[in-house]
Amino acid sequence: MTEITFRQALQRGLREALDADPNVFLMGEDIGKYDGAYAVTQGLLEKYGPDRVRDTPISEAAFVGAGVGAAVAGLRPVVELMSMSFSLVASDQIVNMAAKIRYMSGGQLKVPLVLRAPTGGGVQLAATHSQSFENWYASVPGLKVVTPSTPYDALGLLRSSIEDDNPVVFAENALLYATRGDVPDGEYLVPIGVADVKRTGTDITLVGWAHGIVTLMAAAEKLAETGVSAEVVDLRSLRPLDMETVIESVEKTGRALVLDENWRTAGFGAELAAEIGYRSSDYLDGPVARVGGTDTPSPYSRPLEQLGIPQVAWVIDEIEKTYGI
Amino acid sequence: MYTRGQVRGFLHLYIGEEAIAVGAISQLLPHDYIVTHYRDHGHALARGLDPNRVMAELFGRIDGLSKGKGGSMHLFDTEKGFIGGHAIVGGQFPLAAGLALSHQYRKSDGVCVVFFGDGSTNQGTYHEVMNLAAVWKLPILFFLENNLYGMGSRFDRVRAGGEDFYPGAATYGIDHTAVVDGMDVMAVQEATKLALESIRSGNGPAFIEAKTFRFQGHSMADPVKYRDRLETEAWEARDPLNTFPRDLLDQNLFTEAEMEEIRSSVDAEVVVAIKFAEDSPFPPDEELFTDIYA
Repeated sequence: MTEITFRQALQRGLREALDADPNVFLMGEDIGKYDGAYAVTQGLLEKYGPDRVRDTPISEAAFVGAGVGAAVAGLRPVVELMSMSFSLVASDQIVNMAAKIRYMSGGQLKVPLVLRAPTGGGVQLAATHSQSFENWYASVPGLKVVTPSTPYDALGLLRSSIEDDNPVVFAENALLYATRGDVPDGEYLVPIGVADVKRTGTDITLVGWAHGIVTLMAAAEKLAETGVSAEVVDLRSLRPLDMETVIESVEKTGRALVLDENWRTAGFGAELAAEIGYRSSDYLDGPVARVGGTDTPSPYSRPLEQLGIPQVAWVIDEIEKTYGI
Repeated sequence: MYTRGQVRGFLHLYIGEEAIAVGAISQLLPHDYIVTHYRDHGHALARGLDPNRVMAELFGRIDGLSKGKGGSMHLFDTEKGFIGGHAIVGGQFPLAAGLALSHQYRKSDGVCVVFFGDGSTNQGTYHEVMNLAAVWKLPILFFLENNLYGMGSRFDRVRAGGEDFYPGAATYGIDHTAVVDGMDVMAVQEATKLALESIRSGNGPAFIEAKTFRFQGHSMADPVKYRDRLETEAWEARDPLNTFPRDLLDQNLFTEAEMEEIRSSVDAEVVVAIKFAEDSPFPPDEELFTDIYA
């Protein structure tokens, strides 16, 4: 095992995929000569050349859709969007083209496309650069939505996403890029659609994904100080969704909290809470506790911005309010 | 079949524009790709897609090209390089760029031709993809079927750039541009041949504008209240389905008997296709859930 950053894990995943399959190529804005806005693709142009590491014009709809076209022709494009917020400019190509072309062709086509994009807020980029939208894409049949929280998962899930024959929205919370973790020295895959119990516990199940797991792990530490044993379930992908692992954990602990860093209203957390309540009400000591981002745009000013992002204290307070523990 | 309720949904007739699909597609190679808009029956038939399966798709039956899941606006046949049938106006441009990119990536001499109407030229994707194709020198033929109307809006009500679209392509760095009479199948064929030669010799994308007219409304739901009947009649007088056979007869290339034989064989083909579609069952219930993921 070697300790590397989330960013290094992604770069290793890209290099391994480029080495393994000549049909894999990368494209996106400033991923080559500039080395990538978040430096994930640093040095790749030099090693793999401009045919396989393609800088694109600032034309998200054009190059995301070109990714779909190249994918249906049998290539395996990995397209980087500089921000998930920019995916809105290409959302027609994602929702109406990538997700639909297989179905509308009666299964004649497949779309082995990966759309990588930094997500989330917390670094004062203001309202249009601090969004995620993985929960929006998770409601679209035909897409897969992958949301890693650790370097290990990032690398293994990226390799699985590139090998997948379906369009995958691969959400990289930007706050995670510098986080560190152990990864195996050899190549490995993490299957898409399998949740991971990041911490075992007996008193309450904390469910989240991506950067939310950082908050939940810190909350679990805090809860342990007061004698509450929390289990943390990392969904790792929102579609397909491994509800079985969540339900198994909830029925063991009898309590559940769902953390969704996006807007609370109509978010993925609402779907999770509803499903847990529907399936496990006989096992629950109370309603499913929910923590979500505030229903506000993200302001630039740091104190204001932090007010809108779920914090460890919110999780602790919500558990106390809901379950009295 | 539409008025009898066998074909439902939106149905956009290609009547009047046939010379374009026939002339252009006749020049393509088997490994070339075709991407088009929702007025796609003409292109499908010109590319040799099975008329029986096209009709079954319109009927929503299991033997349709897309098992009845796509309908008239979404015809696909990967065996023929026919990659849709797309119903978001302008949504097909990026897809075409990617298909062309696959040819370039594999160092093949293949081309992707993308058909589109004048209405789609006001979408961002049109401009984005012309730029992308030119800067990457993609083997793509932009084929504008300028039928003067985007649904009910004549081009000059929604565009200040004048009646010719092809000069704009040059401003993106597309060197090979042409304008052609879209009612003249031989002219379309010749223009396409020259454009494909340019693309296949590595010059990057080309652009053809064909002037044409759809004789019917935008779709079957359109009562056509926005244009003068005289305008339609003037174009109908140039219907390629009448003028081309007349030319062939005038030049003694075909006899009247041979022409009649072709007409009746087409009629017979249509009858067979309708029978095929009627006999094909609706898709079984489980088809709702298949073909979502590979």
